[in-house]
Formats: sequence, structure tokens, C-alpha cells
Amino acid sequence: METIKLTIDNKEVDVPGGTTIYKAAKELGIDIPTLCYMELHDMNIENKPAGCRICVAEVSGRRNLAPTCSTKCESGMVVKTHTPRVLNARRTVMEFILSDHPKDCLICSKSGTCELQAMAHRLGIKDIPGAEYAAVSTYRKDTSPSIIRDLDKCIMCRRCEMMCNEVQTVGAISAVNRGFMATVAPAFEQNLEHSTCTYCGQCVSVCPTGALTEVNHVPQVLRALVDPSKTVVVQTAPAVRAALGEEFGLAPGTLVTGKMTAALRALGFDYVFDTDFAADLTIMEEGTELLDRLSRHLKGDTTAKIPILTSCCPGWVNFFEEYFPDLKNVPSTAKSPQQMFGAIAKTYFADKIGINRKDMVVVSIMPCLAKKYECQREEFSTDGNPDVDFSISTRELASFIKQANIDIKNLQDEEFDSPLGESTGAGVIFGATGGVIEAACRTAFELYTGKKLERLDFTELRGMDGVRSATIDFDGLPLNIGIAHGLGNARKLLDDVRSGKSQFHAIEVMACPGGCIGGGGQPLHHGNSEVIKARATAIYTEDRKKPLRKSHENPFIIKLYEEFLGKPGSEKSHHLLHTHYFDKKKKIIIKK
Amino acid sequence: MSHIKIELRKEDVDFIKGVCATFNNDPQELINVLHTCQEHFGYLPAEIQEVVSDGLNMPVAKIYGVVTFYSFFTMTPKGKHPISICLGTACYVRGAEKVLDEFKKELGIQVGESTKDSKFSLSSLRCVGACGLAPVVLVGDKTYGRVAPDDVKNILKEYE
Ligand code: SF4
Ligand code: SF4
Ligand code: SF4
Ligand code: FES
Ligand code: FES
Repeated sequence: METIKLTIDNKEVDVPGGTTIYKAAKELGIDIPTLCYMELHDMNIENKPAGCRICVAEVSGRRNLAPTCSTKCESGMVVKTHTPRVLNARRTVMEFILSDHPKDCLICSKSGTCELQAMAHRLGIKDIPGAEYAAVSTYRKDTSPSIIRDLDKCIMCRRCEMMCNEVQTVGAISAVNRGFMATVAPAFEQNLEHSTCTYCGQCVSVCPTGALTEVNHVPQVLRALVDPSKTVVVQTAPAVRAALGEEFGLAPGTLVTGKMTAALRALGFDYVFDTDFAADLTIMEEGTELLDRLSRHLKGDTTAKIPILTSCCPGWVNFFEEYFPDLKNVPSTAKSPQQMFGAIAKTYFADKIGINRKDMVVVSIMPCLAKKYECQREEFSTDGNPDVDFSISTRELASFIKQANIDIKNLQDEEFDSPLGESTGAGVIFGATGGVIEAACRTAFELYTGKKLERLDFTELRGMDGVRSATIDFDGLPLNIGIAHGLGNARKLLDDVRSGKSQFHAIEVMACPGGCIGGGGQPLHHGNSEVIKARATAIYTEDRKKPLRKSHENPFIIKLYEEFLGKPGSEKSHHLLHTHYFDKKKKIIIKK
Repeated sequence: MSHIKIELRKEDVDFIKGVCATFNNDPQELINVLHTCQEHFGYLPAEIQEVVSDGLNMPVAKIYGVVTFYSFFTMTPKGKHPISICLGTACYVRGAEKVLDEFKKELGIQVGESTKDSKFSLSSLRCVGACGLAPVVLVGDKTYGRVAPDDVKNILKEYE
């Protein structure tokens, strides 16, 4: 590729053709402010609508200032990024954006992590001339089970639209209206709940402002904790421990498992358990289902559906119920680890400690916003009492810990409680893309071949490519595995399944780019994909450190089957640990 | 999770699907598809957009985005006598907004709506090129110039 030489702020730089001025400046260590622009390099995700004009610079030979996030470098260009003229233009743009923006930072849930607030600070905005006369657009606040939309705070960067349409291919939201009333909304400006939204939360995780945020359930959890009649049980998902530390200034990828456990105990939870335990349980059920379907399939039974699809991601479940309802018998019927945990906690464990399920409150800490919706699904409750009462995100937990003045960085590591806190390395890797299917392979291999698995690290299943595939040798049987993360990638694999072209025996799907470590409830990555990669490394490190790394070797899982469930796939297991799916596609009703 | 229940007659659904097919079910042709549908039905309610979404295999949110972006698309049926008030600069300065308010009051509808009996509908326009006559009101093909709020009742009477 040709190389282009240009000068930015009196420094020369060589860049490959096609590079934007913004990126060339970055090479030189020059930080041009951006607002609408966002890039997740390793995931091929980029948003550059050139809408906000915060990133402008002076470019030789051009009369107008150029948006550097979308203007390509040209040979011999002379660029000036921070001249008085540029600063003045940026200020004007910012004042304009802020004149139509609510000023309730004090109680805004993005306060402190808001990119708009940070930009106002960076550009030294202390006053918005004429703001008291400017018209302010108003939209109703829309609260769904997982997400709050407060579009008065929208700055039309359209990052959410890009995530929902290009990355996830859900298309629940789009830019609508024009001029002053322009905003991003579902069709007909319905509430999100009535759209095709999957609650993956990817729009929330890229929104620079408080326009899109999660529903906050910390107050309800607090109420349960102060109620002496309630036994409050908490479970933490694998991806949380790899990201929580970021909210307290620790480097991305710092594992805080022991400190998180200590903090949860300090917050007053009666039992601190681990969703990883339920992940091991998921592998027992899903792995058994896989082997059952596979052996029937190999015997020529055409009713055995192959490939089997994982079902532990509720964003993904919502997606196929909406877009692939014709395939609703293809995914595994195993519930997600969150729901398996709740079902066991409120039966087996409640019996063990001799309390009624109604006196137990199960809280889950999740990297995920779809889990908030999932735990409210009707089929996951008994007599109106949900198996999981509240699901709070990693971000909400961090805020809760701060509220309680807990100095998490200096806490002594503590262990999870027994028995629902014991897990293997297989449970941990559920948090990263490829992890669920790797965990399933570890168990399925041994159950299928009766032999000991020599190599536990299926590195061929790991990585960040959106769609991956590998063939695993099951002692002579080549097992074809497909992996997709991000719903747009999942759609590609699903289209093949629908048309009968798919060669896979098993497919893992995670709705979020990177898997749950990149979930919609995680600390904000602010467009830095290194953060997500560091979390993945942390997950695999935790796996390696575990003495047991195969789900079926978890002694507490073995005990749970002996004492309570019988064996994987038993009637009781089916009743408690499996579910079914619904056709949620909108119907066109034809009037006669 | 979509809860919209769509009710259309079979021939309407067939018509819309047919239009989509004429344009090769290509999402790039959305604007043309919408134009053809609006010409046929007079407006583009949610139901029609849903069927177009199906036909072109694209999110209905995007379609709604396009319908609300371009002012020549409308989601409400036009009345028998569509009333348009020019809100271009000249008309605006000469009090077009007061005229518009009077129409709203008299008809009991907002811009973009039509009366219950479908007799009148109300919309606003950008400069129609008759600034000398500002403020300008159009009812169907007929143009009224130098309209004052007091004239509104009389104009409506002509269509009783
Ligand atoms: S949560 Fe996911 S599906 Fe829903 S609007 Fe946001 S990006 Fe789209
Ligand atoms: S809702 Fe947030 S992400 Fe979406 S356009 Fe508005 S500010 Fe940007
Ligand atoms: S990938 Fe994980 S975080 Fe994202 S929706 Fe699925 S379960 Fe939730
Ligand atoms: S960041 Fe470049 S135009 Fe918004
Ligand atoms: S402004 Fe109304 S006709 Fe020109």
C-alpha cells in the first residue's frame, strides 16, 4: 500500500493510504477530542458518522475546518489540531450541543463516566451562552425490563444505532425524525419493550451520555438486605471478576475474585455463591443433551436435531425467538447458568437450610442487561415467586460497593460459600467467547470416549474473530464446532442452519462481542478493545489456576446429582434445569 | 418481542408485497417502494411499513426512520380537503402561525392529523413561492392569500 507523508502540529508522519487524520495524529501521540466517533479495533466495529464536529482541525488548502475522524490523510497535508480557531470552533459546537441538553448531572446515572460531561470539562465549558432561551427537546422516558431510554440526553452520535443495526443486526432502533426532533428510537417510537430489542445492552455500553442506561436494581437489593425475614443469596457470573476492578482504578484484566467475595460479604449478603457452580451444572445438562442428540444422529435418527446450539445467553435466546422461531427446537433446552442457579438455590438449598423459598431472595451479579429481563420471564418463577429476584450489573455492583464505603482494593481475599460456590475452571471460561463450548468439549470428550482428556486447553476455540470454527477429534469422531459472538455473526451461522448447509455438530453463540466479558453491563470500555482482550486473558488465567478444570469432576456437582437430581437429563433435572422457547416473531394478521 | 398486531386486507398485503417484488425486494429501493405505496394508499400507516419491512427484509425501525425524515411521506390519511399552511419565512413573519393555530382550534386537530369525519386534514409547508401573498393557505388545489386568523371560519364554510 502507498505511504503518505503529512505534517500534523509541525511533526511529520508517514501513514498508509486511507488513514484518517485522527488516527495519524494518534500515531504522533496527539490526542484530538472526539465524541461521536468510536472504534473497537479488534472487533471491526467503527462508528464515524462525522456528526458532532468536535474533532475538527485546520487543514492546509481547505477553507473549512475538517472532521479528522473521517477525513483521510493526503500527501503533503499540513494539519493543525489545536489552534485558537479550532479551539473556538470546538467550543461553539459544544455550546450548541449543550444548549439542548438537560443539566441534571447531579442525579444522572452516567455522571462520572459520561463522555459528554468529560468533554465539557476538557473543553473548559463553564457557561452556555443563551441556554436559558434555547428550546429544549423533550421525549418521554422509556423504561423496559433492562434498559432506560432518556432521549433528552441523546446527542445523536448514532453509536447505538450502529451497534444495534450493523453489529447485532437486530435493528430495534434507528434514527428517526429530522432537525430538532431527531432522535434514535424503535419503530413508531414505541417503547423498547414493544420492539425487537434483545436487551443485549450493546447500545448502552457505547452510549457516551446518560441517554441509554440500565435499570437500577440496587435499591431493591438494599431493601432485601435490611429485611430481617429474608435470607439473601448472591451469585456472581464469571465475567464480573475479570472486570469489576476497572471501576476501582485497577488495570483491565486484574482478577478480583477473592476481593469481590469479601466485598459481597461485607455488603451483608447471607450466602456468597458463584454462578460458575451453575455453569458446571449447565455443562452436565447441555453436554449430556449434546451426546444424546449426537449419538441418535449418528445412528440415523432424523428427529435428533444437529447442530445443537448453546442457550446460556439470554440476549441470544431473545434474538432467535424473534428472528428464527422456526428453529426454536434446535438450541439446547438447558437454562442459562443464572436460572439454573436460582432453581437450585430455591429448592435444594432452601430445603437444606430449612427455609421457604418465599423467604429467600436470590440476587445475581451479571455482566449483562439481558439477564434482568430473563429473570422476569414468567416460566422462571414458581407461584409468582421468581427463581432469581434481582439481577444487577457489574457497574451497579461497583456503585453499590462505593456507596457502602468498602475499600475493595485493600480487602483480604475470601472464598465463596459452600456448596453452591464451588466450581471448576470450566465454569470460569463461560465468560469469554468460545468458553462454553470448550467447557462442554472437556466434559463431553471424557463422557463419550471414556478416556482421560490429555490436553485441556482447546486453544483452537479461543480468540476474538467474530465467527470461528474448529474440528475436535473425539477419539476418531471429528466433531465440528462453530462459534459466533455478536448477533450479526450469529445470524450468519443461523442462516446456514436454516438452509440446511451447516456442517457443525455444535455451535456456541454469545450476543455480546467478546462474549460476556464484553457484556452490556460491564464497566465501559470507551472504545478500547484492549480492555476486552485483557479480560479474556484474566478468565483463562483463572481457569489455569483451578485444581479442577472439568465440570463433571466438581465434587459438589456430583453430590448434587447423588442427593437431589439423580442424573443429568433426569426428570427432576428436566423440571428444574430445562426450559422451552417461544415464537415471538410479529404476526401479520390478515383481515378477511 | 414485537407486540404490534397488524391487520390488513389480503389484497392490500398482496399489493405491498407485489411492489416490493417489482423493486427486486431490494432494501436500497426503499424510497421508491414507499412512494408507490403512498400513491396507492394515500398514506403510510404502521401496518404498511411492517409489511414493507417483511418484503424488503429490513428493520421496520429503519423504515420508520425514513418515513419520518422525508416530509413528503405521511403516516396519517389526508382528509377530503387537505389544508396546508405555509410556514416559510415570509408567511411566518406575517403571522402564519396564528392562522395555523386558528385552524387547529376550529378543527380540533394537530398538524399531521385529520378530522374524525375525514373531511379535513392539516399540514404545514415550506415556502410555496407565493411570498407576495403571505400568509398563504392551500385547501386542495385552491390558494388563499393574505389570510388572517379571522378568515379561517369563512374558508372552512366554503367546504361545508
Ligand atoms: S439492547 Fe441490543 S438489541 Fe436492544 S436496542 Fe440495544 S443494541 Fe439493539
Ligand atoms: S442514545 Fe446515546 S448512543 Fe444513541 S445516538 Fe443518542 S447519545 Fe448516541
Ligand atoms: S453475551 Fe453474556 S453478557 Fe451478552 S447478552 Fe449474552 S449472556 Fe448477556
Ligand atoms: S468525532 Fe469526528 S465528527 Fe464526531
Ligand atoms: S413564505 Fe409562504 S409563500 Fe413564501
